[in-house]
Amino acid sequence: MTAQTVPTARPDVVRPAAPRPDATVSGIPFLRLALVEWRKQLDTRAGRWLLIVIGLLTAGILAIMAFVGDGNRTFAELLIGTVSPMAILLPVVGILAATAEWSQRTALVTFTLEPRRTRVGLAKLLSALASGVAFFGLSMALAALAQLGLMAFRGADGDWSLDGEILGGAVLLLLLSMAQGVAFGTLLLNTPAAIVAYFALPTVLSIVGAFVASMRDVLPWIDFTTASGPLLAGGMGGEDWARLATATAIWVVAPLVGGLVRVVRSEVRSA
Amino acid sequence: MITADRLTRRYGSFTAVDDVSFEVRPGLVTGFLGPNGAGKSTTMRILCGLTPATSGTAHVLGSPFAQLPNPGRHVGVLLDASAQHSGRTGREVLELGAMTMGIGRARVGRMLDLVGLTEKESRRRVGAYSLGMRQRLGIAGALLGDPQVLILDEPANGLDPAGIRWMRDLLQDFAHHGGTVLLSSHLLHEIEKVADELIVIGRGRIVAQGAKELLLRGAGTVVRAEDETALATALGAAGVEAERLATGGLSVMAEPQAVGRIAAGAGVVLVELRAAESRGLEDMFLELTAPDAREEVAA
Repeated sequence: MTAQTVPTARPDVVRPAAPRPDATVSGIPFLRLALVEWRKQLDTRAGRWLLIVIGLLTAGILAIMAFVGDGNRTFAELLIGTVSPMAILLPVVGILAATAEWSQRTALVTFTLEPRRTRVGLAKLLSALASGVAFFGLSMALAALAQLGLMAFRGADGDWSLDGEILGGAVLLLLLSMAQGVAFGTLLLNTPAAIVAYFALPTVLSIVGAFVASMRDVLPWIDFTTASGPLLAGGMGGEDWARLATATAIWVVAPLVGGLVRVVRSEVRSA
Repeated sequence: MITADRLTRRYGSFTAVDDVSFEVRPGLVTGFLGPNGAGKSTTMRILCGLTPATSGTAHVLGSPFAQLPNPGRHVGVLLDASAQHSGRTGREVLELGAMTMGIGRARVGRMLDLVGLTEKESRRRVGAYSLGMRQRLGIAGALLGDPQVLILDEPANGLDPAGIRWMRDLLQDFAHHGGTVLLSSHLLHEIEKVADELIVIGRGRIVAQGAKELLLRGAGTVVRAEDETALATALGAAGVEAERLATGGLSVMAEPQAVGRIAAGAGVVLVELRAAESRGLEDMFLELTAPDAREEVAA
């Protein structure tokens, strides 16, 4: 076996690696997987545009809040004004993170590079949560910018007061919404289906709740929108937390677990 | 080294892969040949842990694929070059792979060079790539982790003749330096040139496997003589099967040397004596898979 018998352009890079004991190549650290998944959210046109649109919407809402009324807004008001629309749209990022692998068929490559599919699913969850935190930071920055603008151009008092409980509640709401997006995407593995289900099911539930009298007592425990409402209002009591827990179990934990089971059991095909 | 041991995969009543066993050894290019729908891709997906086998086991480098730590560093896989996010650039696809496997970004550039994708092309979205460019990108992705084993499903699809030749050189070089290569194809002429060993599959079952030379041999000898009737009689007496050709001469199922010896013993003057031309893999392939192919059409 002489090295010079077969001419190729770049023999140095195509020669097979020498056989090596398994120990020399360690497994893929979870954090690295999460970083890869995070990058996948941002490196496609669709993903970038979604984030740009969310950023623009947030800025637009701040502009409206700034120009309507006398301009006196508390920082908390501005922040909640930005977080609410974000909590609605940002989960689509989570949905796409989970479904794109299947609609774009990249699962074939992803799961040959990391066959432990649950880890990939959890990496997607973590990276989506990281996106949530990053966007929350951005919305805080935008809200602060808006407040500075109000003070400079509209002579507002500049109320910087921010209830720590509401701040925490807003972060939690955003994270839960992101997790719900990933969960729905993982469960349905189909972008349109997951988006429709994500937006339509809670509405359907509240309509049913409005018409069926016997549902009225149960609804606050199973409807995520109702249960998460107090997070932005502050003053979450014991029962509020219990309601949030049951609603989260139904809308976030159950679809996520079901989705991971489905992904692990699925056959990954190219067509 | 890849080992498949009695792999079976059923979809309802349909058996896509039926009791398939083979071994792919290092140092050789092994061709996996079969008509469309024969079970090649399903078998390869089972090897890579993407499709669970109904029964049987598959091992790559001594362990099930799914249990390899960081498998991209051991096994380069290309199952479908078109299975890429159309909105990602070719370079980004490789950088994500390099990041996942934990290898330096420098190798991405070297792989792009190797497969002949220019800097400008690598910055374009995969959705704008031709099939040939996607195949090149896929091959770059398979080689990215500096593997010892390559598993490639129809890698020559969409490549131009120069590209096919380039890939052939690359795979042979890889194998002849100790790598293990399994590549599937229905491009018969291509696989005949590149493969050292062959596994032929038809309707989920292996219909032939072994060294290419062995599979192609058995074409026998063509012999012409002054007195062909006498030669045929002598061959028959020696227990060697012979058949008269319409074009004159005899087709004998024996090595030329043996035929010559029998002719000499019988005192028959030979006009021509040569090994029959290889039937070619295509004939063998069609012959081996014909009953299966027909049944498939009928079904």
